[in-house]
Amino acid sequence: MNWFERILPPKVKTTGRGGKKGVPEGVWNNCSSCQAVLYAVELTHSLQVCPKCNHHMRMGAKERLSSFLDDDSMVPIAESVGSLDVLKFKDQKKYKDRLADAKKSSQSSEALLAASGSVKGVNVTVTAFEFKFMGGSMGAVVGERFVQAANHSFENHQPMICFSASGGARMQEALFSLMQMAKTTAAISRLRANSIPFFSVLTDPTMGGVSASLAMLGDVIISEPHALVGFAGPRVIEQTVRETLPDGFQRAEFLLEHGAVDMIVDRREMRDSIAALLEKMGFGPND
Amino acid sequence: MSLDYLDFEKPIAELEEKIVELQRASSSSNLDLEREINSLRSRNHESTKAIFSKLGAWQITQLARHPRRPYTLDYIERIVTDFQELHGDRMFADDPAIVSGLGKMGGRNVAIIGHQKGRDTKERTRRNFGMPRPEGYRKAQRIMRLAERFHMPVVTLIDTPGAYPGVDAEERGQSEAIATSLEVMATLKTPIVSVVIGEGGSGGALAIGVCDKLMMLEYATYSVISPEGCASILWKSAAKAPEAAEAMKVTTKDLSRLGLVDEVIKEPLGGAHRDYDAISEAVKNAINQSLDALCEDSNEVLMDKRYQRLTGFGQFELKK
Ligand SMILES: [Zn+2]
Repeated sequence: MNWFERILPPKVKTTGRGGKKGVPEGVWNNCSSCQAVLYAVELTHSLQVCPKCNHHMRMGAKERLSSFLDDDSMVPIAESVGSLDVLKFKDQKKYKDRLADAKKSSQSSEALLAASGSVKGVNVTVTAFEFKFMGGSMGAVVGERFVQAANHSFENHQPMICFSASGGARMQEALFSLMQMAKTTAAISRLRANSIPFFSVLTDPTMGGVSASLAMLGDVIISEPHALVGFAGPRVIEQTVRETLPDGFQRAEFLLEHGAVDMIVDRREMRDSIAALLEKMGFGPND
Repeated sequence: MSLDYLDFEKPIAELEEKIVELQRASSSSNLDLEREINSLRSRNHESTKAIFSKLGAWQITQLARHPRRPYTLDYIERIVTDFQELHGDRMFADDPAIVSGLGKMGGRNVAIIGHQKGRDTKERTRRNFGMPRPEGYRKAQRIMRLAERFHMPVVTLIDTPGAYPGVDAEERGQSEAIATSLEVMATLKTPIVSVVIGEGGSGGALAIGVCDKLMMLEYATYSVISPEGCASILWKSAAKAPEAAEAMKVTTKDLSRLGLVDEVIKEPLGGAHRDYDAISEAVKNAINQSLDALCEDSNEVLMDKRYQRLTGFGQFELKK
């Protein structure tokens, strides 16, 4: 037990998970890597990066957009685009119910949020996946919001940045979800043809159909440290090749070594890095 | 009985065996069994019709994967004249899971690209069960760009369980290879026609399936994940694959009703594997007619239509 843990009252230590009566929830959190006990306010300030070990914890879409964009610059895009259960899909649970549950538990309207704003004075369009919303899976709403964000970039000739965090396609939307790969790709190709930068930021995890479409199509591809990124999930690969995977397989550092990403950037330096790259590509601050 | 028959094909196989026996008996003796043979034939015809009139999504999935189903090279042999295969991605290797090349169809020069499965054990391994690695997709991209430069339409034949999920494939950028294929096809300035001839397995299928016109054979399937994969995630049991296949609407009939498929190519009674020549003829005609129509558009119109088609996928509601 270190000094920090010693000074904590025993009940408070459990609040992160237990949420006992009378104790404010979420005041303290454990780093999911080094287990250090961290003050929630401190974590918000450090953008959910552990100040002790630099582990990048997952960040929600709302927090991502608001922390990446300049204060008070954010204007939401495509918020009104909502899900329809065209197939009336039902597995052990109805898709409709899964959607309702996801909205409640993630506090997000869908698995992708989009906004325009500025980063260090540069006008940009930003999209961020919400992993807590059905694993950040890409269905028709994600695809449409992404395309509307790309359209906004196109019309205003401003760079687009996407933060991915997704398990892949949304199975409950079947082939419609697969087609979102083609849909988002088409929107990116239009930006490309008009020399409007599209930056892809890979965060933990970015897999499957999202990895194999928009996430790998960045003019610049940046990964957060240690993010898991790949086409097939590690378990599927293990079942196919029947061997255990090497250490660090499909991690950001592995991708950098294999030439799949341009750079690994600490989340706390993301705004600076991206603004500096954009400035070199001809997209500096407005005033 | 041959192992090449599916469970629900059993009654068909049994009748066929009887017919063969009678034919043998009639030729080795002086008995005239013509009438018996003909009556068995018509019984077989009726029973096949009955069986195939009420196939479920899981049975159709099995038909799409039928070990005797015609594969890409079976079609190329019958529908393309003067086919010349072009190999390799010029970077790493030639992937036998994808076949590509140039040939002639209906008086036109075309580039043709398709997934290729193997028929016997050795060939299956060599073709990696039709599961491409990144170099397969990069070869396809190269041929597509070649087609664009020399004004040839692109024809793709889709038949894969999916892109290969392996360590080497990940190391060489499976995601990038698929993503780039999607972009090449989204922007290629020449008509693209795709036909799902068997299994349309997820991103590995779409990577050669972004097109101006999508056609599917009657008993082909197309899905975002295999029914087994979907079942093991959502039902926590791969044994629920039949339920997953129904729920995901993987069949041509359902996908066509949902507006995701532009044209259905009817198969011979009992499935494509019953008559390679007949199904090839149907596929050839469908492709040629589609290309006739697409080639009338200027490049500008073609590209505009494709962009609208691709960005139009998916339904959603607009709140407020
Ligand atoms: Zn830590």
